[in-house]
Amino acid sequence: MEPLVTLKATAAPLRLANVNTDQLFPARFIKKPRAVGYAQYLFHDIRRNDASELDQNFSLNQARFSDAKVIVASANFGSGSSREGAVYALYDAGFRALFAPSFGEIFASNCLKNGILTATLDQPTIDAIQSLLLSSDDASVIVDINSETLTLPSGESISLTLDPFQKHCLINGLNEIDLSLEFHDAISAFEATYRQQYPWISS
Amino acid sequence: MSATLFEKIWTNHVVTDRDDESLIYVDRVLLQENSFHAFDKIRREQRSVRNPAQAFAFSDHYVPTRNRELGLGGITDPEIRNMVELIASDTDAYGIELFGIGHDYQGILHVVGPEYGITQPGLVIAGADSHTSTHGALGAYAFGIGSSEVAHVLATQTLWRSKPRTLQITVTGERQPGVSSKDLILYLIRTIGSGGAVGYAVEYTGDTIEQLSIEARMTVCNMSIEAGARAGLIAPDEKTFDYMRGKPLIPTGSAWDQAMQHWQTLKTDDQATFDRDVRIDATAIVPQVTWGTNPEMVVDVTGTIPDPAKENDLERRARMERALEYMGLQPDQSIQSIPLDRVFIGSCTNSRLEDLRIAARVMDGQTCRLPTMIVPGSEQVKRAAEAEGLHQIFENAGAEWLAPGCSMCVAINGDKLGPGERAASTSNRNFEGRQGQGGRTHLVSPAMAAAAAITGQFDNISNYSEARSWNL
Ligand code: SF4
Repeated sequence: MEPLVTLKATAAPLRLANVNTDQLFPARFIKKPRAVGYAQYLFHDIRRNDASELDQNFSLNQARFSDAKVIVASANFGSGSSREGAVYALYDAGFRALFAPSFGEIFASNCLKNGILTATLDQPTIDAIQSLLLSSDDASVIVDINSETLTLPSGESISLTLDPFQKHCLINGLNEIDLSLEFHDAISAFEATYRQQYPWISS
Repeated sequence: MSATLFEKIWTNHVVTDRDDESLIYVDRVLLQENSFHAFDKIRREQRSVRNPAQAFAFSDHYVPTRNRELGLGGITDPEIRNMVELIASDTDAYGIELFGIGHDYQGILHVVGPEYGITQPGLVIAGADSHTSTHGALGAYAFGIGSSEVAHVLATQTLWRSKPRTLQITVTGERQPGVSSKDLILYLIRTIGSGGAVGYAVEYTGDTIEQLSIEARMTVCNMSIEAGARAGLIAPDEKTFDYMRGKPLIPTGSAWDQAMQHWQTLKTDDQATFDRDVRIDATAIVPQVTWGTNPEMVVDVTGTIPDPAKENDLERRARMERALEYMGLQPDQSIQSIPLDRVFIGSCTNSRLEDLRIAARVMDGQTCRLPTMIVPGSEQVKRAAEAEGLHQIFENAGAEWLAPGCSMCVAINGDKLGPGERAASTSNRNFEGRQGQGGRTHLVSPAMAAAAAITGQFDNISNYSEARSWNL
């Protein structure tokens, strides 16, 4: 997995509470292969109006946020089912860091498995950042995992509190499989003994 | 040191420990069409599959139940066809056996696993479907996992797991005529609630469980997940060993003897204790019917729809009200007065030979009043049923005899209820929209479903004079 150490990118504000995984990635697209690119399904229904046109009031549809890699979202982002397609859609659309007052639990763990940072900030801070991003011309931020900071376009730096395990995985580009493969020798030793003891299971 | 069955299997599979989790060795991983994300991950991260021979894939969730003789050509929906083709190309690329269309043992992963001998006592089995708990009926520790974890097992043959607590559910007493293992598990979920076993590995014990056939035990373990359990297990006994003998992947000769020595140790020691115990009196159980949108919303067939106004817990009351609205039912309405539209007999809960035999006995010489789909769990079940002439009984009664798969259990292969349609179903989930958008599901046993097909409503099959002779 790609390590995430520092990220200088556009941040898009998303002022909508309780965005669930169904809104992130509607169920009818689960049959689509990932190879088609899940970016096209991200927020598919909520970013469109009744006439199925892209709604310009939806921040992510606006040209100035088109290359965003960061979302500053509202409370309970990624709630609902464990559908991992929601995270794939974000990843395929280029997002690598998410900030919100709170996240759906399984969603956050799926993000980590896919190398996306989820960091919580209190509600007033999120409100302030969202307002800033909406009002200023410059929406570029710097996320620094090592120093646990988020630097705003204004130059103001906000400190983050990251889980040490999450930090370790992101910086080293480790996903769970990589971590487990650090136990490769132990697995092989276990397997050898196991197969000797229960030969019929694998023969 | 005395230990429970679950603890013995757990200890046997711990590779290493980290904080409050252990790295567990996985003997078998079961895949289905939705596992394509796992294969994508393996490819993207340029990993290899550690032991392809320990993985088994199934075309079951998406395969149509009609036009099967046309093979892939019989699949008209391009997206569905794509799903079926994807699992074939992915498994081919990694050398994994696929029980796909045209395979003699094609069928639902939880039906084929035991009948092919993939499932054995003492194994750790991870499956890409939450009802993997089914395999615990043979004394395995079996549980469902999501796509990232499927990729993890394929790459490492292991999974991180926190150790579940242990719960013993003891069921005793003779069942009344017509009361099947489906009624037993529905009654249990009704008793302990859909969150009643959260965090626990459940072991079922007691004379009622011992008396159940292996297939009936699978129904019990299958729905353990609907009580929130991490797994459901039953210790292997003579019936288990008899059931396994001769299945394709079951050892023979001296390997069988060696396996038996191990399998016979797989039971809870007399002195061992569980973190929690629940006792169920089987004599009190009558045929069960779900009335709501969660498998804990269950009543006796002789009962009435509960009244939310009498529920003191406000959150519960709101859930009941919402369920009644979705289901289009009124408080105090009698279960036997609910008019039904359709019947579905199938799914990994109830699509095995014994289930079909009972349904056939109920339908023999009768005519279905309702459109009725009968979907065997596997090609093997289908062949066995046809050898006994069961399909003729069904067809003579006017029911549809279809090709194996998940079908209307999850309604993603094209078989589904229309909005507002009400079905008696032998599957395991009555969630909103589960069997089709707006569809209304009542979960029941195969005998109850078959009787509903004939009469158009729920009958108390315990009153049928022949119920006594059904070998349930
Ligand atoms: S029959 Fe239903 S519950 Fe069973 S494996 Fe298929 S979809 Fe899952």
